Amino acid sequence: MQIDIVSLITIFILAVFVGNEIINKVPPTLHTPLMSGSNAISGIAIVGAILAILVDAGDASKYIGLAALICATINVVGGFLVTDRMLKMFKKK
Amino acid sequence: MEAIQITNILYLISAVAFILGIKRLSHPKTARSGNLLSSLGMLIAIIATLTYPGKEFDFTLILAGVGIGAVIGAIFATRVQMTEMPQMVAIFNGLGGAASAFVASSEFLSSPNSPFIIVCLSVFIGSLTFTGSFIAFGKLQGFISGRAVTFKGQQAINAVIALLSVSLVLAPGLFFDSSMFSGYLNAFLVIVVLALILGVGLTIPIGGADMPVVISLLNSYSGIAAAATGFLISNNALIISGSLVGASGLILTNIMCKGMNRSLANVIFGAVGAESESGSSDGKEMNIKSYSTTEAAMILDAAEKIIIVPGYGLAVAQAQHVAREVAESLEDMGKTVLYAIHPVAGRMPGHMNVLLAEANVSYDVLKDLDEINPEFEDCDVALILGANDVVNPAARHDQSSPIYGMPILNVDKSRTVIINKRSMNPGFAGVQNELFGYDNSIMVFGDAKDILNDLLKEVKEL
Repeated sequence: MQIDIVSLITIFILAVFVGNEIINKVPPTLHTPLMSGSNAISGIAIVGAILAILVDAGDASKYIGLAALICATINVVGGFLVTDRMLKMFKKK
Repeated sequence: MEAIQITNILYLISAVAFILGIKRLSHPKTARSGNLLSSLGMLIAIIATLTYPGKEFDFTLILAGVGIGAVIGAIFATRVQMTEMPQMVAIFNGLGGAASAFVASSEFLSSPNSPFIIVCLSVFIGSLTFTGSFIAFGKLQGFISGRAVTFKGQQAINAVIALLSVSLVLAPGLFFDSSMFSGYLNAFLVIVVLALILGVGLTIPIGGADMPVVISLLNSYSGIAAAATGFLISNNALIISGSLVGASGLILTNIMCKGMNRSLANVIFGAVGAESESGSSDGKEMNIKSYSTTEAAMILDAAEKIIIVPGYGLAVAQAQHVAREVAESLEDMGKTVLYAIHPVAGRMPGHMNVLLAEANVSYDVLKDLDEINPEFEDCDVALILGANDVVNPAARHDQSSPIYGMPILNVDKSRTVIINKRSMNPGFAGVQNELFGYDNSIMVFGDAKDILNDLLKEVKEL
């Protein structure tokens, strides 16, 4: 994919600002779920892992991709599930 | 429309889902649907990737990887105890860092012409996050001493490693033959090893009490590693999600530092806990009043407004359920009961809130520092359960105290302060608490669970 580096940096900087805005609004009571939830989101490396597992890729490249895929999937699945488990417990009487 | 544009639009949709998902975390009522929305975003990102034009995927291997990862992840998520959440988050931070480092390594091997600086940046942050997180896990779990491990020249060694890494990245030709790929490969491998060592070197000197800061910081690193990998493979999904996580981790790090009145540099390089504490306890005699649970129950009976201050000790004693029962009995008698939660009450940001939510405490009675401090002025009884340093008034006025300047819960402003403690041992910071000797303070000694069970009986008999 050909995207110039400046566009990528633009996206990066804007995303940091958006992140700042929305995360500052998360109340302290939900900081643990925020952290486990963002753990799950950092599992986005799963996208990069899948892109590395190609039929015509070299063995080293492919199997390192597999290691990435396993790590990232643990993050994604475990992160979202445990966050849901926690958020289920937050109830108001 | 070109196929690649469809993929990128799907990535955009998934990024929007993440942002809206986090936005819904601004209230406990909408939080659960927000998490669901984020997970939907992840699913869309995965589907988008699998339809990536011009790529022939090895689906057997992908299915195997996803299968293994999903099973392990699900086991973690369903088995983990809420008291162990910091450990789990530490492991997940490490895996996130490792995943990014692996992706960058794979990309480097398959396309040797990738920009070497970005390859190294991504692999370096990812590897450092990996070992740093596992040291943090070991400390939290008690596999490694929770105390700060320091030795002479430690910071010099870390500095040399960092410097060496930077020069390897910027000028691999100084060390290896950079006219050939093998030269870059060697430089790359050395950088990975240096990053793995630096992760250990930076985390090992940090004491157990500072773990909330470290976990938040590593959380941020795992996001930054993903973003760096996004730059490497020119993928917006990684850049946006990575920077969201990076920002989140940094904000939480900042909040934790403020909660302990420490600068980030001081946490990372200060190695508090290794120094011998001079403390303000020496030479001061305190007049301690020890009461029985019956007497404590009578004081509670006369009170109208009660604020419970839980500390990590309460969770260790698994006494949060019986604490909630005591609170409910008091509420049934027409009293107001609130909970005061200090930012560093647990072992990670918001940890105490989760532990109380697990014990069925309604989230609207959990108050943070700024909300609750004015409430102590007209509070009849502050009931301190397993908290110590976060209620020490010395932080407000005693400049010689190691915790001076730390924001505390002003429990001493209440009419009566009832403190449950196992013994007179000082807290995490090794400081004796002058609150215990105050005229309006009374102590009830014993295990939190036993004392609260007794108190529950007494209160019910009132």
